[in-house]
Amino acid sequence: MQEVRRVISAIVMNESSVLARVSGLFAGRGYNIESLTVAPIPNSDLSRITIVTKGNQRIIEQIIKQLNKLISTLKVIEHEEMVEKEMVLIKFPASEHLGDIQALCQTYNGGIVNAGEHMIIAMAADESRRIEHFIEAAQRYNPLEIVRGGIVAIER
Amino acid sequence: MKMSGAQMVCEALIAEGVTTVFGYPGGAIMNVYDAIYKQNGFEHILNRHEQAAVHAADGYARATGRVGVAMVTSGPGFTNAVTGLATAYMDSIPLVVISGQVPLSLIGTDGFQEVDAVGISRPCTKHNYLVDNIEDLPRILKEAFYIASSGRPGPVLVDIPKDITAEYGIFKYPTEVNIPTYRPSYKGNDRQIKKAVEAIMEAKKPLLYLGGGVVLGNASDLVREFAKLTQIPAVETLMARGVMGHENPLLQGMLGMHGNYASNMAMSETDLIISLGARFDDRVTGKLSEFAKYAQIIHIDIDPANIGKLVDVDFPIVGDVSEVLHKMTSLLVGNVNPDRYQAWREILARYNELHPLTYNDSDEVIKPQWVIQRIGELLGEQAIITSDVGQHQMWAAQFYPFDRPRQWINSGGLGTMGFGFPAALGAKRGVPEKTVINITGDGSILMNMQELVTAAEYKIPVINVILNNQFLGMVRQWQTFFYEKRYSETDLSFQPNFKALAEACGGIGYDVTTKKEFDDALKDAIKQDKVCFMNVAVHRFENVLPMVPAGGALYNMLLEHKDQ
Repeated sequence: MQEVRRVISAIVMNESSVLARVSGLFAGRGYNIESLTVAPIPNSDLSRITIVTKGNQRIIEQIIKQLNKLISTLKVIEHEEMVEKEMVLIKFPASEHLGDIQALCQTYNGGIVNAGEHMIIAMAADESRRIEHFIEAAQRYNPLEIVRGGIVAIER
Repeated sequence: MKMSGAQMVCEALIAEGVTTVFGYPGGAIMNVYDAIYKQNGFEHILNRHEQAAVHAADGYARATGRVGVAMVTSGPGFTNAVTGLATAYMDSIPLVVISGQVPLSLIGTDGFQEVDAVGISRPCTKHNYLVDNIEDLPRILKEAFYIASSGRPGPVLVDIPKDITAEYGIFKYPTEVNIPTYRPSYKGNDRQIKKAVEAIMEAKKPLLYLGGGVVLGNASDLVREFAKLTQIPAVETLMARGVMGHENPLLQGMLGMHGNYASNMAMSETDLIISLGARFDDRVTGKLSEFAKYAQIIHIDIDPANIGKLVDVDFPIVGDVSEVLHKMTSLLVGNVNPDRYQAWREILARYNELHPLTYNDSDEVIKPQWVIQRIGELLGEQAIITSDVGQHQMWAAQFYPFDRPRQWINSGGLGTMGFGFPAALGAKRGVPEKTVINITGDGSILMNMQELVTAAEYKIPVINVILNNQFLGMVRQWQTFFYEKRYSETDLSFQPNFKALAEACGGIGYDVTTKKEFDDALKDAIKQDKVCFMNVAVHRFENVLPMVPAGGALYNMLLEHKDQ
């Protein structure tokens, strides 16, 4: 069976052990996690866990069913039509050209977020594939540190 | 009413109708044991090991259908209980296990007897709780019983820090639970049910594939009714023995690795599997790519995650076996023509004549299968049979004439040696009017033999029939077949004196070497009404057959009994 990439959102109770339940499920059953983000859902006692995973159709189906089976899970969304974004922060030496970096960031929904005596910090938020392009393009400005966030998605 | 957390635990158990708790005290759970001392709503049985306490609660649950309850302390008390939790989890047995924990202020400091109980038990419980606020305790206990016994049942752990059991709070036990994130489906989709019924009426070789879910869902009567109406043949998994009743002409037997020829051939040749509460375990299917190649599959299960996990399903139905069967039966009454499957039944009857389940009996040495058959002849429906894990377990499943569900209690999923004896204690406590026999081996029995003391103290007259071949028999059998008879660490001929061991602990011992001695011993054991070890010397090299070699196709069975 063919491997596919899937973005899955689990809406779960915002309680102490819930992330361990979800990540333990993936580890224990040998499912793969490419990216995982967690944040509380505003004005509720729920959290949203967004997971990017890969597997064949049977495994994806099992992941969704096993997530649903957790007592703490309210619902699971297997995204199809979605807007998906990932964030990245990159630190450059202050000696690099601010204007060039600024222009590059703008191409990827970003900008300069901090500029100090020794370094410049830039960010971008875009689809994962485009974030990878951004990181590639940033290489010529001698990045000191690159921090990628996980993926968040919302169904269209 | 204001009371301590420890009292709340007792009050909750009483409110849940619990009459027996199995457990073992220790530092972190002492407050609860103090409250137990002061109450008289339930009895507490002091097992001699926490693993045995959980297995006993498990055996109680399997025999009665009620939630089993065990209580242990923190740290090693809890870790000893883990095997019991995992055993119950694999077989979907409703348990509530209450563990003590170090005080909240010490959690995370590597305190004395501290271990992360919710962390360790997460993959082997249906759900677990660490109580961090006395106000939550009544609700959590209520939820624990509800979660354990609803949907697909399973064990629930409630880990309670010592300061919570000491603290006082208002106790108002909830009458209802409201868990918005937990809503098991019971009904079954009507459209799928209709389609499944149409498939049954079009099939030529349909087969009922019955699993432990039928027992758990108390659906045995409905299954028998359904089979009688449709005249569709049935096979049982290890966990479903007793569902059809051994005299039922539609029952082909048990399928799987040690299933009989007709059952495995039925599964290999059927054109429509009607799976009820079964989960296509690897010990049942054999090689998946060769499994039931000609069949469409109706899969009825309360746990959606079981459906489509291993095999592709044509008619998935998520729901309670009873509710779904009830609907299917009403759609089939007056519409199904049982004669349609006559040719199929005749094929299976011929398979049964060709290769019946059998063994070569002997007058020189007792054959283990004979012992099982003999117990069946002497006690039949009157006994509850528990077992440990290994050859004796398979022989018991093959040769005991089970008449009803909950008559056969064994660790099917996890395969836990040491399960049988404590489970038998629980079963006997739950169903005292039955004779409870633990069929065990000389390997397994040593893994919880300390329960002799528990059984003697509480006068729980469980009969342990030790099929003693001085081998770790099932592993030895695999070594014979697949490892060129290199008997690596399976020779158990250095043995305790089982008779003396039982007597030393306040029970009775019997050494049995002939059939006559066995009959006499069994009759005496029933009369004495005390816990006993019946050490039965059996043929050392008897193999469990038929056998589907691991990873082989279900229809390729080793059938021949050649005496070694």
